Amino acid sequence: MNRSRTRLLVALASAGTLLATAGCGAADMTRQASPFAAPAGVRTVTLSVQSWVGAQANVAVAEHLLKEKLGYRVDLVQTDEVPAWDALSQGRVDAILEDWGHPDQEKLYIDEKETIVRGGDLGVTGHIGWYVPKYWADEHPDVTDWKNLDRYAKELRTAESGGKGQLLDGSPSYVTNDVALVKNLDLDYKVVFAGSEAAQITQIQQFAKEKKPFLSYWYQPQWLFNEVPMVEVKLPEYTEECAAKDPADIDCAYPTTPLQKFLNADFAERGGDAAAFLKKFHWSEKDQNEVSEMIASQKLTPREAAKRWTERHPDVWKKWLPEG
Amino acid sequence: MATARATPVRPASAGARRGPLAVLRDRPAAAKLLLLALVAVVAVPLVHGRWGGGMWPAALTADLSGPLGDVTDWIVSNRDSHPLFLYFFGHISNAVVLSVRGVYLVLLALGWAGVTVLAAAVAWRAAGIRTALTAAASFLACGLLGMWVPTMQTLALMVVAVLASVVLGLLLGLAAGLSDRVFRVLRPVLDTMQVLPAFAYLLPVVLVFGIGVPGAVLATVVYAAPPMARLTALGLRGADAGVMEAVASLGATGRQRVLSARLPLARKELLLGLNQTIMMALSMAVIASVIGAGGLGDRVYQALSSVDVGAALAAGIPIVLLAVVLDRTTEAAGRRIGAEPTGPALLRGWRGWALAAAAVAAAGRAADGRVWPDEMTVAIAGPVNTAKDWMVDHLYTGVPVVGGTADLAAHFTGGVLNPLRGGLTGLPWWSVLLIVAALAWTIGTWRTAATAVLAMAAIGVLGVWEPSMDTLSQVLAAVAVTLVIGFGVAIGAARSERLERLLRPVLDVFQTMPQFVYLIPVVALFGVGRAPAAAAAVIYALPAVIRITTQGLRGVDPAAMECARSLGATPGQQLRQVQIPLARPSLLLAVNQAVVLVLAVVIIGGLVGSGALGYEVVLGLAQGDLATGLVAGAAIVCLGLMLDRVTQPTTRRQRQES
Repeated sequence: MNRSRTRLLVALASAGTLLATAGCGAADMTRQASPFAAPAGVRTVTLSVQSWVGAQANVAVAEHLLKEKLGYRVDLVQTDEVPAWDALSQGRVDAILEDWGHPDQEKLYIDEKETIVRGGDLGVTGHIGWYVPKYWADEHPDVTDWKNLDRYAKELRTAESGGKGQLLDGSPSYVTNDVALVKNLDLDYKVVFAGSEAAQITQIQQFAKEKKPFLSYWYQPQWLFNEVPMVEVKLPEYTEECAAKDPADIDCAYPTTPLQKFLNADFAERGGDAAAFLKKFHWSEKDQNEVSEMIASQKLTPREAAKRWTERHPDVWKKWLPEG
Repeated sequence: MATARATPVRPASAGARRGPLAVLRDRPAAAKLLLLALVAVVAVPLVHGRWGGGMWPAALTADLSGPLGDVTDWIVSNRDSHPLFLYFFGHISNAVVLSVRGVYLVLLALGWAGVTVLAAAVAWRAAGIRTALTAAASFLACGLLGMWVPTMQTLALMVVAVLASVVLGLLLGLAAGLSDRVFRVLRPVLDTMQVLPAFAYLLPVVLVFGIGVPGAVLATVVYAAPPMARLTALGLRGADAGVMEAVASLGATGRQRVLSARLPLARKELLLGLNQTIMMALSMAVIASVIGAGGLGDRVYQALSSVDVGAALAAGIPIVLLAVVLDRTTEAAGRRIGAEPTGPALLRGWRGWALAAAAVAAAGRAADGRVWPDEMTVAIAGPVNTAKDWMVDHLYTGVPVVGGTADLAAHFTGGVLNPLRGGLTGLPWWSVLLIVAALAWTIGTWRTAATAVLAMAAIGVLGVWEPSMDTLSQVLAAVAVTLVIGFGVAIGAARSERLERLLRPVLDVFQTMPQFVYLIPVVALFGVGRAPAAAAAVIYALPAVIRITTQGLRGVDPAAMECARSLGATPGQQLRQVQIPLARPSLLLAVNQAVVLVLAVVIIGGLVGSGALGYEVVLGLAQGDLATGLVAGAAIVCLGLMLDRVTQPTTRRQRQES
């Protein structure tokens, strides 16, 4: 076997590959669209979809109108919240339609790098909190105050929470201070992360079917309230000072957040009708829930749900179109 | 210990004069354990006095969160300016995007009819008429399910990823096949790459490439290239010495020998490698949807977030169909090597290709449409969801005798998982290392034992001892369940041809269905927590265990069986005293596969509340938190490595996944 020659060949081959990939010019990774975008050379918009159904409702309606009224092709990319910011700054997606507040990302991408711009309010106000089912709160009205929670810890025990009560949390990507809250309020509870919203919803539905008590991290607006009515547990009042503390020291309720839209800076400037439309997109919680519930409970496809909603509410969306 | 018992004891020819040393020489396992015990007697008091028992001592950990956080920050702030990104990663990323786009556009330009005809023609040429019909029917089914565009996206991604994996695998395999030194260096690397749960290394890829197709393709290549490299090396090394000598004596140069003799002789292995690469790429293409790869995996993932099992299944079926078509076609092509060419005479040679091209073009024209028409779809989501709801309603609680699935899950968590976790976290850390060493050494060589112990120690150093023990307890419990069910079914299947035939399609489906599809039904049945993760893992690992075990039991020398039967052994005795001992290598391989596959799913179980390492990886991905995610990912890798070594028989095993 002629070893040196083989080695030479291998070396040449690898050098060749390296040269071929390295090419000559610089390649800007911040300007790469999805390979599936705009296959026929049509105008295209890429939207980021987050995993909760409210976000799917926004995107479905935006997609439907962009397609039918403005003649765009719409691509959807499903991502978690923080990676979505990253993708938005790189131009992999053009817009996020519902953001629950990411101060670190806002500082980095909007103020420092200027690759993302604000797209205004979505019109929906979000609120995170701890919730118990209404059927249980009706029987024990005092459970809706955090000070009384310890008394019910025993009833909320599960195999996963050990000897403590279970506080059901959802996806790790959601904004949550629950571990710190349980510790700082000295509650006899253990936070059990369901790992995904889907798992959390399924678990809540199971509990509700058997009329079992539960305590869960949850948020409004959310379609599941129509199916499983829930009551919020009062936590120590939210204050600015408390929110400014180190995440591990937070000991108060979650704020009420007007949900925000964000656009890629470049897209906001050159996106034409689509960018103008997305900036004007503004609807109410009721509207969003109507679409969400069609998707999640009635199992319509997001596309079908959006179509039905737009047929019913032309007065709402007519204002979003560029010509007015 | 099974190993110790099964070691043949030399007949007492040496008589009663044998000293204790000779006894030990005959029973290497006992000797190893004795030696280990000696080491423990000396070392344990020292170690215990210095660092204490219980959890891994804090003094021996290294906190990586600071440096890893710095790396994240550096990457984010330099990604659009640093030359490394502009001139290296940027071009790779560009090349991937361009090629995937190219393939995608070609697939769209062919139209649904064109793609279907093309797939059928290729399958016909490579594997015969039956596979051709399967291929055509499968593609039509993808269209009918309303999944045409996502299927084409996945296919485009697959084509590029598989081509890249094959090129990379061939290069590595060529180097390893021709040079002993490269082979020695490469083998542990390939071993490690195969044990890695794919989920664990998505995070660094995302950080460098961002979400989307480039990262997904590269992650897929890393995952899918090793089998190609391994089988190429195997094929090249196994070339018939006689043939090689003949070629050399004809005065062929080195390159000629490789191109005209070694590679053609290794055709079978090369095709098997291609087959394995395709299957692994397909499973990764689904997992990569977590980082925004699009296609079918993305549909499954999106359906999951609205708890819609029907929609997830509608996207999962095309994945299974693609897997079946690709597997059958490449497998048949491999089997037919050297046999008479197949397919109609018309399809052979250039004439065939011209004809096929014309047919494709004509079909595309006639169908007049790039994508499947929306009116021609069948909605299966509704009925599937109804069926699932019915099942959950009737099984969740109140099933007579066995109790509902919820009770079952609670019993499993309380009765098996909790004590196991308590036990593992309660064991002094050094005793865990000793146990690992003992297991790995008795079953393998001192090298495997050293690897396993070092992997375990690395987990401690990374500072994730407790979550790792938690994950380990879940893996052990799920593996135990898998083996009990798997061996039971396999014994039945080995006895009855009909049962085996009935099982085959079921196993195919479970093996290729993306794991994401199971996650919601298992939550609906078992609630949130570690029990549903274990259930999903069992479902995923069972097919491989059943297959390997059935094959092993069937493969037992018929003469031995006949002999046992003539001696009047009952079926139970035949099984216990002949079949199982003789099939021991297969059984060990089944255990090994169960461990590796279960580990892969327990991680994804982080999405349904299994906590521990899986949750930390999910958290890292979701929050872009390299420190948490990467450390947990590394711990998973170490855990996988340890488990693999502890269950790996001494002789090199052949992977039998498909």
